[in-house]
Amino acid sequence: MEDYLRYIPHTEEDVQKMLKAIGVKSIEDLFGSIPKEQRLSKPLDLPGPLSEIDLIRHMEGLQSPIFTSFLGGGAYDHFIPAVVSHLVSRSEFYTAYTPYQAEISQGTLQAIFEFQTLMCQLTGMEVSNGSMYDGASSLAEAVLMAHRITGRRKILLSQAIHPEYRKVIQTYIDPDEQEIVLIPYLQKEGRTDKETLVQFLDQDVSAVVIQNPNFFGVIEDLQTIGERVHQEGGLMIAGFSEAIAYGMLRPPGEFGADIVAGEGQSLGLSLSFGGPYLGIFTTKEKFIRNMPGRLVGETVDLEGKRGFVLTLATREQHIRREKATSNICTNEGLCALMATIFLSCFGKKGLSELALMNLSKAEYAKKAASQMEGCRVAFSFPTFNEFVLEIDKDPEKVLERIKEEGILGGLPMRNFYPELDHHLLVTVTEMVTKEEIDQWANVLEKAL
Amino acid sequence: MCSTKVGDRVEKIKDTGLLQDEPLIFEQGGEGRKGYSLPRWDGEKAKDRKLIPSHLLRKELIGFPQLSEVEVVRHFTRLSQWNFGVDSGFYPLGSCTMKYNPKVNEDVAKLSGFANIHPYTPEEFCQGLLRAMYELEGFLAEITGMDQVTLQPAAGAHGELTGMMMMKAALQARGEKRKKVLVPDTAHGTNCSTSTVASYQVVEIKSNEKGVISPDKVAEQMDEEVAAIMVTNPNTLGFFEEHLSEIAEIVHRKGGFVYCDGANLNALMGIVKLGDLGVDMVHLNLHKTFSTPHGGGGPGSGPLAIKKELAPFLPVPVIEKAGEAYRFNYDRPLSIGKIKAFYGNIGVILKAYAYILSMGAEGLRRASEMAVLNANYLMTGLKGSYHLPYDQPCVHECVFTDRFQEKFHVSTLDIAKRLIDYGFHPPTIYFPLVVKGALMMEPTETESREGLDRFIETMITIAKEAEENPELLRQAPRKVKVRRLDEVLAARKPKLKWTVPSPSFPKGDK
Amino acid sequence: MEFPENLLYSEDHEWVRNEESFVTIGITDYAQGQLKDIVYVDLPEIGSEYKKGESMGVVESVKTVADIFSPITGRVIAKNLELKDHPELINTDPYGKGWLLRMELREREELNGLLSSKAYQGKLSEES
Repeated sequence: MEDYLRYIPHTEEDVQKMLKAIGVKSIEDLFGSIPKEQRLSKPLDLPGPLSEIDLIRHMEGLQSPIFTSFLGGGAYDHFIPAVVSHLVSRSEFYTAYTPYQAEISQGTLQAIFEFQTLMCQLTGMEVSNGSMYDGASSLAEAVLMAHRITGRRKILLSQAIHPEYRKVIQTYIDPDEQEIVLIPYLQKEGRTDKETLVQFLDQDVSAVVIQNPNFFGVIEDLQTIGERVHQEGGLMIAGFSEAIAYGMLRPPGEFGADIVAGEGQSLGLSLSFGGPYLGIFTTKEKFIRNMPGRLVGETVDLEGKRGFVLTLATREQHIRREKATSNICTNEGLCALMATIFLSCFGKKGLSELALMNLSKAEYAKKAASQMEGCRVAFSFPTFNEFVLEIDKDPEKVLERIKEEGILGGLPMRNFYPELDHHLLVTVTEMVTKEEIDQWANVLEKAL
Repeated sequence: MCSTKVGDRVEKIKDTGLLQDEPLIFEQGGEGRKGYSLPRWDGEKAKDRKLIPSHLLRKELIGFPQLSEVEVVRHFTRLSQWNFGVDSGFYPLGSCTMKYNPKVNEDVAKLSGFANIHPYTPEEFCQGLLRAMYELEGFLAEITGMDQVTLQPAAGAHGELTGMMMMKAALQARGEKRKKVLVPDTAHGTNCSTSTVASYQVVEIKSNEKGVISPDKVAEQMDEEVAAIMVTNPNTLGFFEEHLSEIAEIVHRKGGFVYCDGANLNALMGIVKLGDLGVDMVHLNLHKTFSTPHGGGGPGSGPLAIKKELAPFLPVPVIEKAGEAYRFNYDRPLSIGKIKAFYGNIGVILKAYAYILSMGAEGLRRASEMAVLNANYLMTGLKGSYHLPYDQPCVHECVFTDRFQEKFHVSTLDIAKRLIDYGFHPPTIYFPLVVKGALMMEPTETESREGLDRFIETMITIAKEAEENPELLRQAPRKVKVRRLDEVLAARKPKLKWTVPSPSFPKGDK
Repeated sequence: MEFPENLLYSEDHEWVRNEESFVTIGITDYAQGQLKDIVYVDLPEIGSEYKKGESMGVVESVKTVADIFSPITGRVIAKNLELKDHPELINTDPYGKGWLLRMELREREELNGLLSSKAYQGKLSEES
């Protein structure tokens, strides 16, 4: 079947004309520069080709069922306005390349400039790049950047940071150059142990890294940490995995964060089984030249009209090569566009209303759970839209029971924190209805 | 009409045909405009000021826009009209493989049973997704002639980094710690920066007069301090590295690894298997060879294919099949860890999976054959009018220079900008670095013969203009929204965001 | 292009002015012409020491970065702070207002290893 030819226009006539123009007899001759013995004699062992409708049917058959879900932990089910998918489906956006030719990429460039602005406003920082791969790798790059700036070895990493983010940081650092010191969380409160953190602060510390809200959904207090770190000449790096929280929480920039690196998936990106997501990276102006990633700047053209270009490219791989601030080239451009459109729709009032609704629904669920026998809210400090429950029974068995009712009731914590083996992480966003929360509470209570 | 201030001049927004000016989102809308619809909440509204200490709450989202849905749609629709995508026209960027992005792949990747699935959904409910990922790994391994694949890297450079880290772990397991990586002078910038991020010192290998690397140059530099050679095959000059097999032997004999940058795989599908040439690791760019869209800079996906010796070091989780069931395996003690959260850019991966299923073995081979045919046809057509630094057959891309136009004081940049006036996206300029004033063109297989003829004709016209009326090139482009933007100003005085105007200035300043 | 006779030159396209107790260093007219519009200069800290040939900082244009290699062995005692806001001075006045830094010499004899204006120009025509 040759339906794939709808993507390859050449007819036999075309091929013959072209071979003649080039001056060769056959297509084989075009590969003359490849040693004969290296050329394949058999076709590749691949299925297909499938016709368009057969492909669609095959893919439809692979889909997962959809449940009422209370899952979170770095990926969040949020409402995405219809407008977002319609606008990013415009092929001038999604089939375009990186905007190196500024004159014919003003759409992409202006949108990224708007994205950079929004990220600065959201995180309270001075400058943002045009996106990183995801929150985890963004945080890892922040750690590398802090090392470039301070030249120091130690990183104080809060244990309440998303375990996968910590794993990525561990993978990225060179153990000859840097070393991680894990700062524990307070068992009752669920927050990073500030006292221990301060004890470990010395002149060998490059940066302190804290996530807010943390993996337990608990809101961290960054006040005083910034000051203490700066006294020792180190940097404060703030991470996050739930961007919506900043519709209501004071941004890390206001607490003196030097770099903020987090996940933007909540801002209009679908869950998509873990990717593509959106790494956000913001910092202070004085660190611009140390920053990874693309930057869009405003300028004027020949006629004095405002326009936008990629700038400060001398930090990047295609110019600086081995001295680049990072090796990142392709980033998450279209995802940044989705976030820009999402935030344009929600805007100033909408984002804070959205955050408040998340908090409200989560508090409703939390209250219900706290009143059940055999179940307690694990941490005492305030949470945003996620919280940890401690239950007497085996959490995995409890979740099994809840699953039977068509609900994914939460995330067992033991795979992430072995000491929390009777704990569940429950996430409640604006997408679950009151009835669904009531149903979940009902089923949970029965299962306990 | 509203106004935007540029420096000290106030410019009125022009509504001129399809090139309307469009302010920033921050310069439009205002108090009371609303563009969203939230779900209902009949329960109690949380008293955030009671639940959370007030010093942890923000007062307002300063500077955030407030727009109606209509304004949002108009804004981004107008922005899109200033862009040029593969769907708009020919996009011959070298080593980028800007081929057509099939629309059915967009649809299937967005199916609700993929798009709405949380990454921590229990495995028993993700069997379809796991199957697609597992099968794609198999396809990519087959196409490259390698043993195993990880889909975790989010881009080519990310795949390179993963490979470098895995190799480092493999060396460490042997009790070795090597310092250097050999990189040809034709390499993409990421090869160098990746090596540095992985804490290796880059040693450059110069290509020979035929534009490929010769074994003796490699033998000169190869020793037990060299961890690997990073080659691109075919390379950025558009040539197949014909000595790669021999080079691989030289490197392997001293215990090093051969990393291949697979960005140019579009020339080789069904023709050659890189694994047969002695390659130990190769990354693929799904957003190049496998037709997933570029998105204006991403998202991409850069799976890494490896030989089985490196398998223990793969990032976790690894997808396994037991009987008919698929699962994630995290129990890999020698794994390098993770390079991003979760499993990879699944939304992109599904498109590549769909593409390979639509093409089959014959389709992929046909794609490579036509890609190579197109590039040679292009080269033949332009040969008389532009200087060809290496006069020999190419594979999927070809490189010209501006040497013939130098005497008219016309540069590669001018030629590129003039192409824009004729409705084409320029090729890659000033890369690879080994060619002065390079014009690197990759037509891909999705371009028709007539399309190529039109491009060739236009380039010949431009060559004539360079001789007879060079000002046309130096003043180009003319038919665009903005012309020759001041990059020096952008770099000297970086202005990287919009700022809220201070009260003494009118709305929209700075 | 100009290459004042009263200056000494290095192979890395820097000029050196012998000021008795210290030397003033900058990049040549040829170098600034190659780089084109300079957008940023990264100069070392005052008090830092460098060996001859070591990289001390960088000069950046939009599309290029060039290392500043120390032409002598010594200690940095001053740097041109005007370049922070006006990097273009290197283009317009490379031997005057576009000076980069001042260093205290370790070994006076090192100056003998540098090139005269004539010798430097000779090297340039060789290279092209």
